[in-house]
Amino acid sequence: MNFEVKASSEEGYMEILVCIKQVPGTTQVEIDEETGVLRRDGVASKMNPYDLYALESAMVLKEKYGATVHVLTMGPPQAEHIIKEAYMMGADHGAILSDRKFAGADVWATAYTLSQGVKRFCKPDLIICGKMTTDGDTAQVGPEMAEFLGIPHIANVSKIVDVTRSNMTVEMDMPQTVEVAKVEFPCLITVEKGIFQPRLPSYKLKKSTAQLNVQYYAFRDLEDQDEMKYGLNGSPTQVKRIFPPVGNDAHEIWEGDSDTLTNQMFNALMRLKFI
Amino acid sequence: MNRAYKKIDQEDIEFFQSVIPKSRLFIGEEIHEDYSKDELAGVHRYPDVVVEALCAEEISKLLKYCNEHDIPVIPRGQGTGLVGASVAIHGGLMISTIKMNRFIELDKENLTLTVEPGVLLMEISKYVEDEDLFYPPDPGEKSATIGGNISTNAGGMRAVKYGVTRDFVRGLEVVLMSGEIIQIGGKVVKNASGYSIKDLMVGSEGTLGFITKAILKLLPLPKVAVSLLVPFPTLEQAVETVPLIIKSKFIPTAIEYMERRVIKNAEDFLGKKFPDASSDAYLLLTFDGNALDEVERIYEKVADVCLEAGAIDVFISDTQERQESIWSARGAFLEAIKASTTAMDECDVVVPRNQVAKFVKYTKEVESLVDIRIASFGHAGDGNLHVYVLKDQYSDEVYTQKLKEAFDLLYKRAAELGGHVSGEHGIGYAKLPYLVAQQGPVYMNLLKGIKFAFDPKGLLNPGKVC
Repeated sequence: MNFEVKASSEEGYMEILVCIKQVPGTTQVEIDEETGVLRRDGVASKMNPYDLYALESAMVLKEKYGATVHVLTMGPPQAEHIIKEAYMMGADHGAILSDRKFAGADVWATAYTLSQGVKRFCKPDLIICGKMTTDGDTAQVGPEMAEFLGIPHIANVSKIVDVTRSNMTVEMDMPQTVEVAKVEFPCLITVEKGIFQPRLPSYKLKKSTAQLNVQYYAFRDLEDQDEMKYGLNGSPTQVKRIFPPVGNDAHEIWEGDSDTLTNQMFNALMRLKFI
Repeated sequence: MNRAYKKIDQEDIEFFQSVIPKSRLFIGEEIHEDYSKDELAGVHRYPDVVVEALCAEEISKLLKYCNEHDIPVIPRGQGTGLVGASVAIHGGLMISTIKMNRFIELDKENLTLTVEPGVLLMEISKYVEDEDLFYPPDPGEKSATIGGNISTNAGGMRAVKYGVTRDFVRGLEVVLMSGEIIQIGGKVVKNASGYSIKDLMVGSEGTLGFITKAILKLLPLPKVAVSLLVPFPTLEQAVETVPLIIKSKFIPTAIEYMERRVIKNAEDFLGKKFPDASSDAYLLLTFDGNALDEVERIYEKVADVCLEAGAIDVFISDTQERQESIWSARGAFLEAIKASTTAMDECDVVVPRNQVAKFVKYTKEVESLVDIRIASFGHAGDGNLHVYVLKDQYSDEVYTQKLKEAFDLLYKRAAELGGHVSGEHGIGYAKLPYLVAQQGPVYMNLLKGIKFAFDPKGLLNPGKVC
């Protein structure tokens, strides 16, 4: 499943695709204990907070190197709202993959649908995703999508060190270490919270992009017309149970003289990679 | 008021101990350093005794005794004040309310909340918001007690739309210096029954009576809040836009102004980036309401006013993350400015809203005239400015002199523009000379007469306000 890219970076001009998702507007989401489904009715929605970092990373690269920034989402038509919001943050083109046949997709089917959508929508040198969504929390869709597209990918990127015409060097935040890696375009990265401070949507852009079109793609527009690969049909995951997470209020109390406490604090800061 | 007070002796301490158990009573060296100062630390003095009271009856016994024995009494909340109002400048007995921190009643039929004075502001907002109710006053210092807020008539950012603490106090329980416990106001909405002692008590900085209970007015919680961050080419342009916004009749909940260098201080202090760096000056506006489209309709009108007035853009903050990225910086301004210098003092003047631009401009002139760094931010929407004169590299002597020069100029100018000495921090001890200078003897004698009616011996928080 090879993915061909035009050599746009030779022109010093990148094509960047940012994948975004609409999620519930609050972390206080209720779960229907019987069906295990998130109760979305009446809950305001917003762009997945991690995607704001992805979008900001794209905007920083655009400002620095010149780029066209595309945004893509999959969801119901009301997800158009977050495409418009991306326009207000400086994105140039947006598209929605929307079809009842896509409904009920797990991470595998979602990643596959998105990879099909990318082929239809644009030819990116770089795809940026947020590390994960705040409603699904799997952090799998980005890397799986890259696998479907047959391009290299790096997850948990916490810093972009360097960008050249043909590759980029990034830092990835691993559980025990921070690793520096170089990756050739085209590639996909998923970015950590805090990589850049996301800009706020601009009212000026809101007005100037009010008429800017949002491209819709349905099942019939995609290359692979095998219905069994999409939505619930294409999802190998069976959800057994969904339950609200237990709050983490873990804390430690240390006692001792200032030397002991200083050492303890130093070690803790090291362990948590603050220093 | 210069007079001799009785120094607390062993006999007095024995009486205090008969009212307050040892675990809540601190004498001499047992007293924590915090009790010797307030948040701005301009004035230092330890009280002789500190007690942590639990109820009005204890306070009543202590006040009656001190009144009979000529001992100064200093009411104290969290000590987050900025004008020395809660510092024992004449020594004496300090009575802390930090253990009087119970919620007494949430009355949903009258929309009132009855609390003890030691409840923290942040606890109140959480408590009522969980019930979809709203206590609008929101001074920056959320760890202040409600007793302290009432005592200074604290304002905060939402004053533009909702008013100040005084507007949200319905009733009080107060212990007078004589030891009598009185109930003032109540759950009533209207009250025309003689002089409003309740309104007099609010903002009296602990000089008229000791507040032991408060009945607060609540509103239904607005469901939607959106902030606009508006960059302008210059601070003057930003501030000059404020009267235009007020004139548009679409009143925001809050209108704050902020400068790049103060934002930079906050970024350094918090180790977090502000979401925009395109400009040197910003207005921060907030709108609230019950539906997003209603709020959107209003903020777009104001956004257009800003753009017409020369704003570079208008940025929209409509989610929790975005609000935090802006408001965490705004909330840290005072601490951040403090951390950027060696010492500082503040001027909390209030001027009519259409004079804010002139006053802000004048602070820049004073900065170069006196040759001292001045940082400012504040509530442009209600004319209340926070201007900080910073010591930086100057010696104590030079700083003291320059500070006086700068303050004299600033307070004089504020008065010329129709303003007043304090918008929300109060007079306390530190701003008394400026109040006297501006108001003159007739006004000050009225204040003294009021003080005399409540506390004829002048023992309750002496040396403050008048």
